[in-house]
Amino acid sequence: MTRTILVCCGTGCRANGSMDVSLALTAAVAAAAADANVCCVTETGCSGLCELGPLVRIMPDDIMYYRVRPFDAHEIIQKTVLAGEPIERLLFKDSSGNHVLHQADNPFYGHQKKIALRNVGIIDSRSIDEYIAHGGYSALARALEMTSDEIIREVEESGIRGRGGAGFPTGRKWRSAAVLESSPKYVICNGDEGDPGAFMDGSIMDGDPHSVLEGMMIGALAIGAEEGFLYIRDEYIQAVKSMKKAIRAAEKRGLLGESILGTNRKLYFSVVRGGGAFVCGESTALMSSIEGNVGEPRAKYIHSVEKGLWGCPTVINNVETWTNIPFIINAGGKKFAEIGTEGSTGTKVFALVGKVKYTGLVEVPMGITLRKLIFEIGGGIPNNRKFKAVQTGGPSGGCIPASLLDIPVDFDTLKEYGTMMGSGGMIVMDDHSCMVEFARYYVNFLCGESCGKCTPCREGLRHMQSILTNICSGYGREGDIELLEMIGSTMIDCSLCALGSSAPNPVLTTIRYFRDEYEAHIREHRCPAGVCKALTAFSVNHATCKGCMACNAVCPTRAIVRLNGGFPIITKSCDGCGSCRDVCRFNAIEAVKGGRV
Amino acid sequence: MNLNESDTEINEVIKAYPPERQNSLPIMQDLQKKFGYIPRNAFKKIGLYLSCSEAHLYSMATFYKALSLVPQGKHVIRLCDGTTCHIKGSVQLRDEITRLLGIRDGETTSDRLFSLQLVNCIGTCAIAPAILIDETYYGKLTPADLPAILNKYRKMEEEREKEIEKESGMENGEKNEKEEAS
Repeated sequence: MTRTILVCCGTGCRANGSMDVSLALTAAVAAAAADANVCCVTETGCSGLCELGPLVRIMPDDIMYYRVRPFDAHEIIQKTVLAGEPIERLLFKDSSGNHVLHQADNPFYGHQKKIALRNVGIIDSRSIDEYIAHGGYSALARALEMTSDEIIREVEESGIRGRGGAGFPTGRKWRSAAVLESSPKYVICNGDEGDPGAFMDGSIMDGDPHSVLEGMMIGALAIGAEEGFLYIRDEYIQAVKSMKKAIRAAEKRGLLGESILGTNRKLYFSVVRGGGAFVCGESTALMSSIEGNVGEPRAKYIHSVEKGLWGCPTVINNVETWTNIPFIINAGGKKFAEIGTEGSTGTKVFALVGKVKYTGLVEVPMGITLRKLIFEIGGGIPNNRKFKAVQTGGPSGGCIPASLLDIPVDFDTLKEYGTMMGSGGMIVMDDHSCMVEFARYYVNFLCGESCGKCTPCREGLRHMQSILTNICSGYGREGDIELLEMIGSTMIDCSLCALGSSAPNPVLTTIRYFRDEYEAHIREHRCPAGVCKALTAFSVNHATCKGCMACNAVCPTRAIVRLNGGFPIITKSCDGCGSCRDVCRFNAIEAVKGGRV
Repeated sequence: MNLNESDTEINEVIKAYPPERQNSLPIMQDLQKKFGYIPRNAFKKIGLYLSCSEAHLYSMATFYKALSLVPQGKHVIRLCDGTTCHIKGSVQLRDEITRLLGIRDGETTSDRLFSLQLVNCIGTCAIAPAILIDETYYGKLTPADLPAILNKYRKMEEEREKEIEKESGMENGEKNEKEEAS
């Protein structure tokens, strides 16, 4: 039997050394080929469970190996590929200690439903043939036989809403562009994904570039566009390479260019590298950037669908939205609408990261509860710590506390609780995270990213930054919380673009759910989580301390000493970084009030 | 690092694109990649080629983070300070790099080997905290991992220099031989 070895080469696994694993496996296959007709090694995009990478999967047996090292290669070929026997130590162990052979039996994968990620991690992203072998471009062929109205009706029926964050109905957007008679028209793929904490768009472009192209091609057919742009952020080196290669391959096959599949429809796509500005994820700023200007947004009294790129009708959708389109055309809008909830159909890809056991990319039906996502799929919080909050929607979103773990995840419910879906970053925090510092981090981030064009955003963020910095350094004053709320509501009402109007969300939700933490900082000069350096000192609890000195090994200033049988922390040398607390396995290091204030 | 970028080299990059304004960003990105920054005399040339003002180009060069007006080191360390990296200790990594190399965010070492850039997210949140040096990702780092990683680049540079010396030595040797023969 010919077996295929899939080696995950997503950015996470790459950083863990999967390229070396792939090389070692290729060499081992070549060495073994003398005595059998063995298999091929395929480098795929992100398989999801980055935490346990590099990931290797053997098909068609569907045996999944985790944390594979180059020196495992020989054994994998000899035992699993040639003899069909699994290697126990490389398998996943579930919570009761049993070895898990197949991917689907791993609880991380078992609860997922993959539409946008249907090919990511399964096919060789560099090969257009493999994409076609997996049913790729069949939706395009189908769409070529449909009228514009039929395509759009299918998309409308699916109920899909934009995956970039705001959740605008995609079908309605296409319809308003299609009815306009002017020409030229454009389609754009927003692959800027500047949200810190999200990486699904990059993974899709890297791992399944053709499905993005196919979605865009169908969109272009529907609205009557002949040119398209993919705006990809500069940091996504792999995604840029992968998309460029896919466009060239599609051109060679006659899918793009003078004539799509022999018809008289023309279509040209090109990649534009982003300049590294967060605000360029905003549609009007993004288009300004493509035109060769500074990426500043403009007021949206005229919609981009009517006057977008170079003043022409333009449909701009997020990467994940585009990849869903081929599925919708193939399976039918109705089938897509059956998944998820009534107001939010389909699935959503999340980057499940932060203080969670199994970090990675997950795709789940809309309406799943946060508890299921974090505890069943994500495996809960590492080191048996306490769950504190989850942050969704990046800098435009907010924090959800433990008491709301059972709310369903969909566009409208999240909005109701003061946060948003955003591009799908889901950052889990444990009790070692300070919510005030967290709000300060986002405001600080946005302060550097605001384009400065409108006053509420430019000045509001600066003012919030200085208040939050003061609170974190112990100089908070009574009335600060109310002032933050006031500035926040002004920014929501008066900012020009979505960056400014959503910027106060992290501050307002942390005030809403963690007001006591703000008060502790201001009134008692104490950081309950032990994060704000100016308000925190650490001390060793000698009752639980075992004297292993692991803390001292990671301490950058060597502030923990052995003295008279105890282990005091020298306050003068202590930097307050908290590395000692993170590394202590006995919870013997406690954060106490103190520090510089 | 070549600090006397010649006009021909700059022109080469510019002429690779048709003279349309939408190419101003890619041209500057290519210059950035080639020289590590946008040379002062490039603005005038791009402006003439694309028929736009130098001021316009300058405003772009200062707006986009990918572009720099000052020369960068040979290896750019992009330290991720995305949300996940932030809560998992990117600040400690930053402090350690500053301690090891003596440079802060946006600065370059005096030997022009390393530059440090704090960036917002490099898309490897699942293995936070992470850094990206040139095109290589390093994840799940602790401050203790950094010396070995940085030394790897130092060693690479030393070896490259040795090779160059060897080559130039060989060239000289060949020349001498030829001269002797004639």
